[in-house]
Amino acid sequence: MSEAFQIILLAVDSAIRLSVPLLFACLAGLYSERAGVVDIGLEGKMLIGAFAAGATASLVPNPWMGLLAAVLASVLFALVHGFASITQRGNQIVAGVAINVLASGLTAILGNAWFNQGGRTPQLPSGARFNEIVLPFAESARAIPVFGAIYAEVISGHSVLVYGALALVPLTWFILYRTRWGLRLRAVGENPAAVDTAGLSVTALRYSAVIMAGILCGFGGAYLAIAQSAGFITDMTAGKGFIALAALIFAKWRPVPALGACFLFGLLDAVALRIQGVSFPGIGQVPVQAIQALPYLLTVVLLAGFIGKATPPKAVGVPYLKDRS
Amino acid sequence: MSARPAPLWLTAGVVPLVNVAVAFLAAGLVIALIGENPLEALQIMLRGALGSQYGLGYTLYYTTSFIFTGLAVAVAFHAGHFNIGGEGQALMGGLGAALVALSLPFLPWPILLPLCVLGAALAGAAWVLIPAYLQAYRGSHIVITTIMFNFLAATLLVYLLVGPMKMAGSMAPETAKFVPGATLPLMNQMAAWFGLTLTRTPLNLSFVFAILAAITVWVLIWRTRLGYAIRTVGANPDAAVYAGISPARITVIALLISGGLAGLMATNEILGVQGRLINEFTAGAGFVGIAVALMGRGHPFGIVLAALLFGVLYQGGAELAFDKPKITREMIIVIQGFVILFAGALEMMFADRIAALYQRFAGQPVSA
Repeated sequence: MSEAFQIILLAVDSAIRLSVPLLFACLAGLYSERAGVVDIGLEGKMLIGAFAAGATASLVPNPWMGLLAAVLASVLFALVHGFASITQRGNQIVAGVAINVLASGLTAILGNAWFNQGGRTPQLPSGARFNEIVLPFAESARAIPVFGAIYAEVISGHSVLVYGALALVPLTWFILYRTRWGLRLRAVGENPAAVDTAGLSVTALRYSAVIMAGILCGFGGAYLAIAQSAGFITDMTAGKGFIALAALIFAKWRPVPALGACFLFGLLDAVALRIQGVSFPGIGQVPVQAIQALPYLLTVVLLAGFIGKATPPKAVGVPYLKDRS
Repeated sequence: MSARPAPLWLTAGVVPLVNVAVAFLAAGLVIALIGENPLEALQIMLRGALGSQYGLGYTLYYTTSFIFTGLAVAVAFHAGHFNIGGEGQALMGGLGAALVALSLPFLPWPILLPLCVLGAALAGAAWVLIPAYLQAYRGSHIVITTIMFNFLAATLLVYLLVGPMKMAGSMAPETAKFVPGATLPLMNQMAAWFGLTLTRTPLNLSFVFAILAAITVWVLIWRTRLGYAIRTVGANPDAAVYAGISPARITVIALLISGGLAGLMATNEILGVQGRLINEFTAGAGFVGIAVALMGRGHPFGIVLAALLFGVLYQGGAELAFDKPKITREMIIVIQGFVILFAGALEMMFADRIAALYQRFAGQPVSA
């Protein structure tokens, strides 16, 4: 097998790993924003989820309990966001900022107080984590040229959360475009007054979307703390919630392109990790920061409307007021 | 029976105070949750922040940065926009000041120093120019673009500080020291000119700039034609068009002022204290600005008070972390989060109830 092929396989493999938390958060944002609630609190919900997962898995060495705790913590934060933006009709962006700031402070202070490791949670044993699953025949398939290597390196050997995240993309597509709830969800993000006139509760629909966002951010956080790493560390999300937000815009709030956008940003991350100190013929060293900046730069260019237009759901960010007195 | 507006002391006094009190109550619960006494913590904080010349100096030094970033958020708020990019604009302000200081070291200080301050303001404003233009003329949401620009600023600064602008021979990501003529005098140095002795703290001349900036913003927003236009656009852009005001133009101008104010935050940290450009020097001041602006209800007087409160929290929090290792400095971030939540996102939660209570005593229907 050629060396270049092997490098590509490894890059794709690490891109998948790096794009999974983005994908969870991106799909979380998709539900929330398609229902008309701006969610810049993805970062905070993922962070509190990661902390809850790491803390719980260190006490109960079972990854599923960690996942459950992550989802509960993240949903709790989502409900705060929902209460502020839906019930109290407050500023949704300010609510999202509050979620992010609270999560960053609370995880650090509680982690330090409870575990005395400077904000970390204890290192998890293998049994408390989601481990990599080797798919059937992965080793014997290596003998098959090209496909065998792809199967063994890229497709096999991920944790259950990775496969879960990938399955979530068609599932979200189906939910949004082929179910009654999905139709209503999209409607409430475009024209809540029409949904209200049809006798449906705008409040209930928006809450259900916000809770869905909480669940998925919890998955993303759990992935970071107990699948990708063996425990929570301070500020573990490191801006991934915002990259996911960028990916959501990049995907124009649609599930299948969201997968593409998250994979692209994951790949950029993987490339940035690999090219540190590598000199390219004719170009020389490419600064890592240039690659790290690309997701943000691409999103701004897209938002500017120069390469296609990203149009958000019409009613996004606008609290719904029933009476017009 | 028609409702009339609640009196100012109620909406601008009691309601924000109740919101902030609830935020502190919530933070107190967190302290209790980790097994410490919230009242004792409060006492240590207040003593650490206000109990000595040393503490007070540090408190006002933190306050300086928060006044700038708080004013930055507030000016954008008045035009109806949420500039969440204060962090990035402040970083670029530092870059602007450093570029002037490092490239023109031969100038005498009466020329160099104002140029450095100007460089900070202009660079901060420049960093919001693209998001402002895109918001005004292409409808790209300013919140998203400024978030992206925060990350771009951070990566750009890291690139410059480990690469082209790095001081030769230094391991740390920092530039060379500026010439003395490019740095602001410390408050204790200035006191010495008048024969007064003050404890040495990082408090510097930029505190005076911050107070002047607050007064200027007040005059701008409430006493000038431009301020009127900004408030009109913020209140109702459609009405502004009928009044002959261009919302797009006013949006760009207001955001440039906002970015410039955020950039001036660098005068405190870079020109006042560090005397060189370092990485991540903003330390979250851009986000504190959001809490400060919300708490101060967008009014410069309220912002100075709110910035002072956060200055007390930052300095007191440092002392608290020293005395009570379980309550780390992140406690300030928790309080900040609760303030943003209760004074920002949930600002109307208690307003209706307080208005109803007032009504019962005043005997007149009011709307909050």
